[in-house]
Amino acid sequence: MIVQHDVTIVGAGLAGLRAAIAAAETGEKLSIALVSKIYPLRSHSVCAEGGTGAALREGDSIELHAWDTVKGSDFLGDQDAIEFFCSQAPKEAILLEHWGCPWSRTDQGLIDQRPFGGHSFPRACYAADRTGFHEMHTLYERSLMYDNIIRYNEYFVTSLIIEDNHIKGLTAIDLKNGEMIGIHSKAVILATGGAGRLYEFTTYSYTVTGDGMALAYRAGVPLKDMEFFQFHPTGLLPSGILITEGARGEGGYLLNNKNERFMEKYAPEKMELAPRDIVSRSMMTEIIEGRGFKGPYGDYLLLDLRHLGEERIEERLPLIREASIKFSGVDPVEEPIPVRPVAHYTMGGVHANMHTETPVKGLYAAGEVACVSIHGANRLGTNSTMECLVFGGVAGSRAAEFALKNDFEALPKDVVAKEESRIFDDFMGRDGDESIAEIRDTMRSTMESKVGIFRKGDDLKEALRIIKELKNRFNNIQISDKGRVFNTDLTSALELDFMLELAEIVVLGALKREESRGAHYRLDFPKRDDENWLKHTMAYYTEDGPRLEYIPVTITKWEPVERKY
Amino acid sequence: MEEKNVVFVVKRFYNDSEEERRYEFTASRGMTVLDGLYYIKDHLDATLAFRASCRMGICGSCGMIINGRPMLACSTQIFDLDSDIITVEPLKNMDGIKDLVADFNEFFEKHKKVKPYLIRKVEKSVEEGEYIQTPDQLKEYRQYALCIKCGLCYSVCAIAGSNNEYLGPASLASAYRFMKDNRDEGGEERLLLVDGHDGCWRCHFMAECSEVCPKEVDPAKAIQMIKRKAFIAAFKRLFRR
Repeated sequence: MIVQHDVTIVGAGLAGLRAAIAAAETGEKLSIALVSKIYPLRSHSVCAEGGTGAALREGDSIELHAWDTVKGSDFLGDQDAIEFFCSQAPKEAILLEHWGCPWSRTDQGLIDQRPFGGHSFPRACYAADRTGFHEMHTLYERSLMYDNIIRYNEYFVTSLIIEDNHIKGLTAIDLKNGEMIGIHSKAVILATGGAGRLYEFTTYSYTVTGDGMALAYRAGVPLKDMEFFQFHPTGLLPSGILITEGARGEGGYLLNNKNERFMEKYAPEKMELAPRDIVSRSMMTEIIEGRGFKGPYGDYLLLDLRHLGEERIEERLPLIREASIKFSGVDPVEEPIPVRPVAHYTMGGVHANMHTETPVKGLYAAGEVACVSIHGANRLGTNSTMECLVFGGVAGSRAAEFALKNDFEALPKDVVAKEESRIFDDFMGRDGDESIAEIRDTMRSTMESKVGIFRKGDDLKEALRIIKELKNRFNNIQISDKGRVFNTDLTSALELDFMLELAEIVVLGALKREESRGAHYRLDFPKRDDENWLKHTMAYYTEDGPRLEYIPVTITKWEPVERKY
Repeated sequence: MEEKNVVFVVKRFYNDSEEERRYEFTASRGMTVLDGLYYIKDHLDATLAFRASCRMGICGSCGMIINGRPMLACSTQIFDLDSDIITVEPLKNMDGIKDLVADFNEFFEKHKKVKPYLIRKVEKSVEEGEYIQTPDQLKEYRQYALCIKCGLCYSVCAIAGSNNEYLGPASLASAYRFMKDNRDEGGEERLLLVDGHDGCWRCHFMAECSEVCPKEVDPAKAIQMIKRKAFIAAFKRLFRR
């Protein structure tokens, strides 16, 4: 079956929903398909906790927000994009309020803001510590007002259809019955989020497997800066569930086994509110040097919120309290929370410019799947949810304008039948002796131990060898479920296929980048090297593995300087 | 680490046929029912189908019936359950798709019916800034905005089970969330949508929905409050004549 929609959006998290609304408003007559492999409101965006950054108040400014972001990015962010992003942020925060978002308020009834890491002004708009959750529900509910948004829930996208550098649509499996469909479109927006399930200890939902990145990469679109992976300082033990930076924004302390606030050694000014790359490295240093706590789930440090008192915790950090009690057996009102740095954000992604355009005509990317790049080598907290809003909006209107101006281009012959055969004959027919779960677990533990916070050449080479070997073994997997209906054995194989592709790019990019910048820290090259490495990595698909190229960083106002906090 | 043998009895469903399958394995303290299901999928039976995403009780994917009671699998510790035999079934009052995967389409359609978004006569422009809402005004509805659409309340509701048209607790709680938001002007328009035979008056206040709610939204209370609002509105209409 082939259906036709002017604009198709893949992914229905914050960026996808924001894009859908913008597209529906830009072209009232356009038909907008919103495709997601999961049901509404299940997207990982609901897990965003602490806040969404916008310069709203006197004393703050767009320029200050931009400078904080540039410095946070360790000067790898593109400054024109960052300035644009910061200039649009206030509007998006207000828009969401107008659409019903239950932002936490000041006594005067204005949107309240809290401090966050790396920001020199309290500019994190927040809805208690369920910011992403409320933003998602607000956008989803708002999207219900538009009759021209048509949802394809639980459709798993298997390929993008690109010919002569034009996007023509995509193929997807309707999970409910296993039917392969084609969606013929003038424009496609990727909004599928990051790739955090590459790692073992991760804040990410099970469903965040980098699908959009791998789909684009295989269709010839370059991925940018994939070696930059953010480790958030405070993942809850043992699950990795996120404990928001807002907990430190509200005044929480990080403590080692000597009961010291060790951040004073590493970032005397900002302390616990230094950017995430710095806090995570400091924590790992404490652990490596023996000042961590030992436990059955590995070494950890403590996040102490007790001095905030029950009332403040209950009002501003209720989800953190609930999660700590339910998933770690610790009530932060009574006891400090056991935490360790945890894989949290994919700075890299599909190469896109500040208009969310990729090199392919009609193909756009927004949110974590994209690399614009506003985060450079290290994202500041609160800039990801805002990125989804700003660039989701841009992508939606740009794609709609493109669709208004252009006609449908003919689909290649038999494209759906060929994909049907690739998935259901070739892929699902695999009956080897390799286990999907085992390959996945080996990939994740390899990434965790060799491509983590501290990296070195030998480890990265070894990781690359292992990933290549896993890719070979993957050809010999067994898919036990041979049915068509809701076949999650098949979808987990497809997801692993995507992740192995991405893992190789992350490792290769990290191996080649012989410097330390932001979240990418090489023990064998511990200094930032602007002379040789102030540039973006671009990975192109080839049959023999990624081919890397480099492009310059855009600098407008701020020349790179030493980064101190 | 403390361990024990458990048996998961999973109600499996495929192509209209039902089957009970038993899976035995060793569970360690800290494992959730969702972890158990992943253990089965990874090591014992890759064909088992269930939904999951955030594993922190906020995305609403993994609602299922565990030992007879609707719960989120990710938020249920195996060691907290009374029995070492753990029965797992798909949510009720929804069609089955496969195994633990139930069809939520009707559930989401009903939610849409109550116009769960801010209704404004005139929308303020962005340049004019935010609508004013004090912390107290926020508190009026915040609890009802915490619903994660997991469907546990819908699954346990006897009325939703016997009447296909009944909007159900989650949708009505959502309607009430907007009724109590000082920014909303949907008053009469939304009230009419929920003040009918398929709306609040169908509810018999058995309140099981509130008991199973993993987010303490208390839909039963919301429905009673809607009834009160509807009653007052009707009373006012009477006097206007």
